[in-house]
Amino acid sequence: MLKLRRVAFWVLLIFILTMGLMGCGKSTTQPTSSEGKEKLKVAFIYIGPVGDAGWTYAHEQGRKYLEQHVPDIETKIVEKVPEVDGEKVATQLVQEGYKVIFATSFGYMDGIINVAKKYPNIIFLHCSGYKTAPNVGTYFGRMYQARYLSGIVAGKMTKTNKIGYVAAFPIPEVVRGINAFTLGVRAVNPKATVNVVWTNTWLNPALEKDAAKSLLEQGCDIITQHQDSPGPMQAAEEKGAYGIGYNSDMSKYAPKAFLTAPVWNWGPYYVKVINEIKEGKWKSSQYWGPMSDGVVGLAPFSKAVPEDVRKLVEEKKQLIVSGKWDVFTGPIKDQKGEIRVKDGERMTDQAMLSFDWFVEGVQGTIPAKK
Amino acid sequence: MINSWLANRFGLRVEKQIHVSPWISLFIPFISIVLALLVGAVFLSLTGNDPWKVYGVMFKGAFGSVFGLSECVVNAIPLLMTGLAVALAFRMLLWNIGAEGQFYMGAFAASWVALSFPHAPAYLVMPGMFLAGFAGGALWGLLPAIPRALLGVNETLTTLMLNYVAILWVDSLVYGHWRDPQGYNFPLTAQFSDAATLPSLGNTRIHAGVFLALAAAVVVHIILKHTVWGYEIRIIGESQKAAKYAGINVVKNILLVMMLSGGLSGLAGYCEVAGITHRLQESISPGYGYTAIIVAWLGKLNPWAIMVVSFLFGGFLVGGYTMQSAGLPAATVSILQGSILFFVLAGEILTRYRICLVERRNDQ
Repeated sequence: MLKLRRVAFWVLLIFILTMGLMGCGKSTTQPTSSEGKEKLKVAFIYIGPVGDAGWTYAHEQGRKYLEQHVPDIETKIVEKVPEVDGEKVATQLVQEGYKVIFATSFGYMDGIINVAKKYPNIIFLHCSGYKTAPNVGTYFGRMYQARYLSGIVAGKMTKTNKIGYVAAFPIPEVVRGINAFTLGVRAVNPKATVNVVWTNTWLNPALEKDAAKSLLEQGCDIITQHQDSPGPMQAAEEKGAYGIGYNSDMSKYAPKAFLTAPVWNWGPYYVKVINEIKEGKWKSSQYWGPMSDGVVGLAPFSKAVPEDVRKLVEEKKQLIVSGKWDVFTGPIKDQKGEIRVKDGERMTDQAMLSFDWFVEGVQGTIPAKK
Repeated sequence: MINSWLANRFGLRVEKQIHVSPWISLFIPFISIVLALLVGAVFLSLTGNDPWKVYGVMFKGAFGSVFGLSECVVNAIPLLMTGLAVALAFRMLLWNIGAEGQFYMGAFAASWVALSFPHAPAYLVMPGMFLAGFAGGALWGLLPAIPRALLGVNETLTTLMLNYVAILWVDSLVYGHWRDPQGYNFPLTAQFSDAATLPSLGNTRIHAGVFLALAAAVVVHIILKHTVWGYEIRIIGESQKAAKYAGINVVKNILLVMMLSGGLSGLAGYCEVAGITHRLQESISPGYGYTAIIVAWLGKLNPWAIMVVSFLFGGFLVGGYTMQSAGLPAATVSILQGSILFFVLAGEILTRYRICLVERRNDQ
């Protein structure tokens, strides 16, 4: 009887040893900083992989922009960090000597506040949360402004008057986006409805795509999304429908379907904050960047968007950028038809940040509170 | 031609090792890890990294600083408790894949106590949360145990499916009735009172749950090795028929073991909300209940070994993030972690079984 195990073991061992040694022969040169100046070490914690083509990708583009535009900094990323591990990774980065830490998902909030208490000299910037401390600032963008504009495009271009919205979680950020989009749709097409499907995930390309398919089956002819992958756009492409993406220009994933997308543009903000920190001028604040700051915007229109729609969107855009008018200005009715924002009244930031009701025209529900 | 001739003449047979010397059972895991690291080194150098530097960073990140070590322990607490939980069930050949769901139900029940009595003093709320955490997990373990004990319904599937139910149940609460009124409608419950949180050691995140986890290991050891009940569990695990013949009540034992197993996972959930998150929220576990299965197997279902393995596994998770900050993408880290696990588990199988080439005689 052959002792196959022993033979296999030695063959494998020898094979691996030689391969390993070959690999180790390669010498890697360490980049040494020749400049005398000490570099500011900046780290980013990401919820998804940098290749998600969405949320994390947009932050990664911002980080690259930062590296190109600010001298004497060193940046580092840690990707795919689950919410509960945010505190661990942030502490690890502090111990590795990072002085500024960007945490780019809501779920890191408590963890970041905890770490910040232990390290008062490190600056933390938390995206999309609401807790601050002397060394913790928050930052976010008024994405609802871009959502409204993309809603105008959808309202003009739908034929079935049914638009599908693939949405992640029923949290205020997402609800706000759905409402803004719907207001845009209904401003140009009062008959149209926006049908919402919750996926309960930020990033799950297959599930997002399936959710979009179910909406298309129900007769929706335009799909938009609050998701991190281009899955819903691909579903629209396959069905010959139109799609409005999110986070970044997703046109290459759905060249025929893609119309435009509300997109994040973090670069200029990252540059501004880091410069403030370098000059010692930074103070903790809650930054909610409007479209006029360029933090949010629309991806370039595809060929399918006609000239008159482009013009209409541009007009509204100028109005929003000027600050004379904002999306959530009354009269705004809720799903039951009751007026929630009076004529001419503007919703406060506080109210917008804790949105828990849908405007008229949305087909969908938000889990009820006590 | 030669292949088919070989296949006709010889066959591979997997047979159980009758005698495994203790020397081998220590030597094989060691060799497996070395092999895994070597394969990883090849992979790393092919992707343009310096393997020894990456390994150095991984090791140093996990075990080279007080913080790293403390984080290993933080991860080890839920891994140890859920690992013990599944090991206990596995001893009886009950495939409890539901530790994740039992963890969530324990966290849910403990949170219910903390949120319902925000002004209660620690000496009331803490034992209350402890009992509720245990009960929540135990009931969730009992649920699939009943059809298993009475009708023989496969518990692998039912325990697995109940994980999703438990996770969605917690989700529905944090998105719905339990949302913090001061929380801008974010999916978080209100923060627990100070009385309802476990104290942590010094400046680290290690919380008092560590003593609970260690105590759980002692309890499981005593039950398995020094009680009649533990003897019964082991007998049923060896042969259910023999156990029945010996007059052991198998139905009762299935129910009890699944309750204890679920209860331990529930306690892990209690420790996590009371010690780490201090509130109930979604995704409180990055999959501890599933990792527990690997931990239990690597620990050979032995409580002391599970203790060591869960600590090492904690380091494995902590080191993963340090490797990333050394410039490795998350996907590469996952591949590396996956290959290490693969080798260690494969080595584990080779210590228990051997593969022999046998000549076929009476075939055809």
